[in-house]
Amino acid sequence: MWREIWLVCRKDLIIEWRARVTLIQIVPTVLLVLVVFAFALDANPSLLGAGAGGLFWVAVLFGAVLGAKRSFDIEAEGGNLDGLRLGGLVPAAILWGKAAALALQMVLVGVFAAAGLLVLYSVTVHDWLLIVVAGLCGMAAFAICGTLYGAMTVGLRSADTLLPLLLIPVAAPVLLAGTRAFDVALGTSADQGWSWTALLAVVLVTYIAVGWAAAGPLLEDA
Amino acid sequence: MGAAVAFEGVVALLDRFPALAGVDLSVQDGEMVCLRGPNGAGKSTLLRACAGLVPVRGERAEVLGFDLRAQRRSVRPHVGLLGHRSPLYGDLRVDDQLRHCADVHRAGAPEVAAAIERFALGGRLGEVAIRRLSEGQQRRVALACLTIARPRLWLLDEPHAGLDTSSRDALDELLADAVTAGATVMFATHETGRSGIAAARHVMLSGGRVEPAAPVPQTTGPTDVA
Repeated sequence: MWREIWLVCRKDLIIEWRARVTLIQIVPTVLLVLVVFAFALDANPSLLGAGAGGLFWVAVLFGAVLGAKRSFDIEAEGGNLDGLRLGGLVPAAILWGKAAALALQMVLVGVFAAAGLLVLYSVTVHDWLLIVVAGLCGMAAFAICGTLYGAMTVGLRSADTLLPLLLIPVAAPVLLAGTRAFDVALGTSADQGWSWTALLAVVLVTYIAVGWAAAGPLLEDA
Repeated sequence: MGAAVAFEGVVALLDRFPALAGVDLSVQDGEMVCLRGPNGAGKSTLLRACAGLVPVRGERAEVLGFDLRAQRRSVRPHVGLLGHRSPLYGDLRVDDQLRHCADVHRAGAPEVAAAIERFALGGRLGEVAIRRLSEGQQRRVALACLTIARPRLWLLDEPHAGLDTSSRDALDELLADAVTAGATVMFATHETGRSGIAAARHVMLSGGRVEPAAPVPQTTGPTDVA
């Protein structure tokens, strides 16, 4: 099982290394969203600083939608998903392999988005550990959620529009908890940052459990 | 010698449409079978059903001893399917793709080297992204992956499409070698006039059923229709 997960994850990462879609397309899109927010809020430093946490997670969520779509576009092309299934790979291995690769790509997106936050919004980080832990939990949750819905919509004609429609509402708890944790870490809120991070971890565990249960039916019928 | 494929009254529904409407078919181990029939006859669905990728019902639906009605997933590692489209990752290089196939099917370096040599995929071609290859070259990479997988049952849908003459000859030779090695081959084609096709038992499909009489197409000349 672990070997199969590694095979799928490595294959997706090699594809990303060759095509560099995350670096050349998704990261710039996420940074552009941050810039557009700055324009929309009239480049008001206090307003941008107060909303920086939420704007970060909204921008990264857009990136997750693009990443999940891309992750399953490469499988739909030429019937590659059938190739994996004929290789005897169990559905769970395909799902977790793809989720792991997407999570690593989302971490990359998150790092660039955080850098964009520091540069564009001039925010100051008060708790780096909270930022890192909440960020990793959130990226993993987005990746798992995106992979689940990517598998659900793969091959559908309406996948382009259906994926964000399904993914964004389900990712809302991550958006909410991540924003609250980042607000504390950035010093714009005196809330319990680690409590929100714990909630993020609970959401992540829930997505993992749903993934284990849904992998077979999703990838068997895809 | 056992039956590689034993179908009796097999039905497969695609979006409620009966793509297979009671197929009776028996294919022996080591046999080469050519599926013929008009467009929409059910050839591709039959191949996908044999690969365990389409749910089936019926009195009997066995492939390589696995009951497809209950063990659809179990048969998959033992079959190789090449459909209309080549199942390749466009952004991977040829050598990446072949290594991925070898890892998935637990094949070693000798199998990969043999496939590279057989389909002339060595040298600088190995470093080219699959997306940049011609259709025929992509087909050769897909066939190389199939060779690396070493399936017991080969299922090919229009395998000659897009290939040049030498690659078609290599494909015929490959299928003949697979049968010699004990594998079973089923392929669907509209072509006539190739020696590899003439050597196969012909099965005619129409309306999702196997026709009782399967006429062998006459060779009308050296031309192949892609």
